[in-house]
Amino acid sequence: MSVELVSYGAFFLTMALTYAIICLGLNVQWGQTGLFNVGIAGFVAVGAYVSALLTTPDDPNRFGGFGLPIFVGWIGGALATGLVSFLIGALTIRLRADYLAIATFGVAVVVQLAALNLEPITGGPFGIGFIPRPFADYAGDPLVFSLANLGILVAIVLVLYVVLERLARSPWGRVLRAIREDEQAALALGKSAVKFRLQAFAIGGGIMGLAGAVQAHFIGFIAPDNYVPMLTFQVWAMLIVGGSGNNKGAILGAVLVWGIWAMSAGAVSELFSPGQQARAAALQIVMIGVALCAILLLRPRGILGEERVVSRHLGGARLPTDGKTSDAKSS
Amino acid sequence: MQPASDLAHTLATSPLEARGVTKVFGGLSAVDGMSISLQRGELLGLIGPNGAGKTTLFNLLAGSLRSNGGTIVVNGTDMTRAGPEARIANGVGRTFQIPRPFAEMTVLENVLTGGQRQSGERAWMNIVRPGRVAAEERAAVEKARALLDFVTLSRLEGEPARVLSGGQRKLLEIARVLMADPDTILLDEPAAGVNPTLLELIIDRVLDLNAQGTSILLIEHNMEMVSRLCSRVVVMAGGRYLTEGTPDDIARNPTVVDAYLGGVA
Repeated sequence: MSVELVSYGAFFLTMALTYAIICLGLNVQWGQTGLFNVGIAGFVAVGAYVSALLTTPDDPNRFGGFGLPIFVGWIGGALATGLVSFLIGALTIRLRADYLAIATFGVAVVVQLAALNLEPITGGPFGIGFIPRPFADYAGDPLVFSLANLGILVAIVLVLYVVLERLARSPWGRVLRAIREDEQAALALGKSAVKFRLQAFAIGGGIMGLAGAVQAHFIGFIAPDNYVPMLTFQVWAMLIVGGSGNNKGAILGAVLVWGIWAMSAGAVSELFSPGQQARAAALQIVMIGVALCAILLLRPRGILGEERVVSRHLGGARLPTDGKTSDAKSS
Repeated sequence: MQPASDLAHTLATSPLEARGVTKVFGGLSAVDGMSISLQRGELLGLIGPNGAGKTTLFNLLAGSLRSNGGTIVVNGTDMTRAGPEARIANGVGRTFQIPRPFAEMTVLENVLTGGQRQSGERAWMNIVRPGRVAAEERAAVEKARALLDFVTLSRLEGEPARVLSGGQRKLLEIARVLMADPDTILLDEPAAGVNPTLLELIIDRVLDLNAQGTSILLIEHNMEMVSRLCSRVVVMAGGRYLTEGTPDDIARNPTVVDAYLGGVA
């Protein structure tokens, strides 16, 4: 019983951490740069499909697969999605926030419809199965298998967290903050807003692609139905709940919202008869919506809120502030 | 070419020159065939009544606005079509009439943002060459602190820029643009809304900069400040060049007086 519980806990956390990766990608785009991406599902899908095509065994009914190692698939998925994000960004990054949202939403719909209809490449509505799973040799022992997978996810999230924190506190992150605060002033100081936004969009997109790839290998099967706007909504809810602009918040939000999602799924299957469960599943979305409203009312900046980021090279820069603020205002 | 003649050529070239530039907003010509040439090492005043087109001309010179006609030459190179990021990379920096600090960033970070060609501003360099980035950043922090000292804001370096008073914000903008090592600075009304103590400091610092060889174009309404700082003043009215001369000549020129009283504009 306890083994089952631990296995389930590991499974739950592994899944939650795949969302945490997407959230970290969105935090680069929105939290740090203010880019309103409403097409998250599309970017995740690109990473998932690219990795699946690269790593699955050859299938005569569709293009590929190429049977490459899993980590090649993950890197390939991330790079391909980063490239796709760069190209989409090059076309759309000059748009005002609301138009960028519409454009990215359109991209996600196009990606999902392409996955659905490009049967010779994506397997169409049937999706791609037999995606190799890490530690498949241990699949017979659920405890080892789930803990090993969790270990990989923890390692990926940790590495990403360290790298992204380093970037946020670097001169690069400083320019992103400057551009977000006052684009005209940043331009006058020689910082090309378009160039920096494009970089953030591509890096964030690449991270989402990596998440899609990792998730695909964890589940072992992908289909176009996985990459609907619902996914985008979930990830936004995660970032808002955890605290936009805060990498720890992105991870925390992913675990919490995925927890609400998983628990409400359990509650729906307990409380409703099988005939009504499909309809009752909508309550899961309601639960997330309620959590989102509660956070927005009680802690509008999310549970952790945006962290005050100062360049990591300025360790001793902050002076004691006693009395200085009022002093400054009066002079 | 001989190095000596290179130097002579540089000295003879204007660091910043506008030839017949025009900017039209709807039906209104805010700047209408205006020409102005800054001499190297000069502190040139630009005055004119409200609505004369001074700030629009500044925005054209700094690249924040695209002109509808004419040419803008920076250090001998035609930069009419170049944006503001290219202008500062070529040595032309500016401050804003209403200061635009990055309010939530610290005073020190505001100044650091003015640095040019920092390898840490390339995302991947922070991962691949962290040592080099850290070394450059240490040098940049040292330079930024010296600039904050120059504008007397050192003790506020760790505060978010939003706590600064209007005059301190003007000083911060000066430090921030100096971080880019410009050889020409466009100062847009550095005295407006500044208390007398800080005003003296700003005048002092502008003179210092000029003495160090920085060419400066100054828009200012405060005629007393203009006469203390500038040996030559260009007057604009109705988007056009009106006249120029020493501050004394200008103060006595009836055409200028007319323009200020509404005769020309």
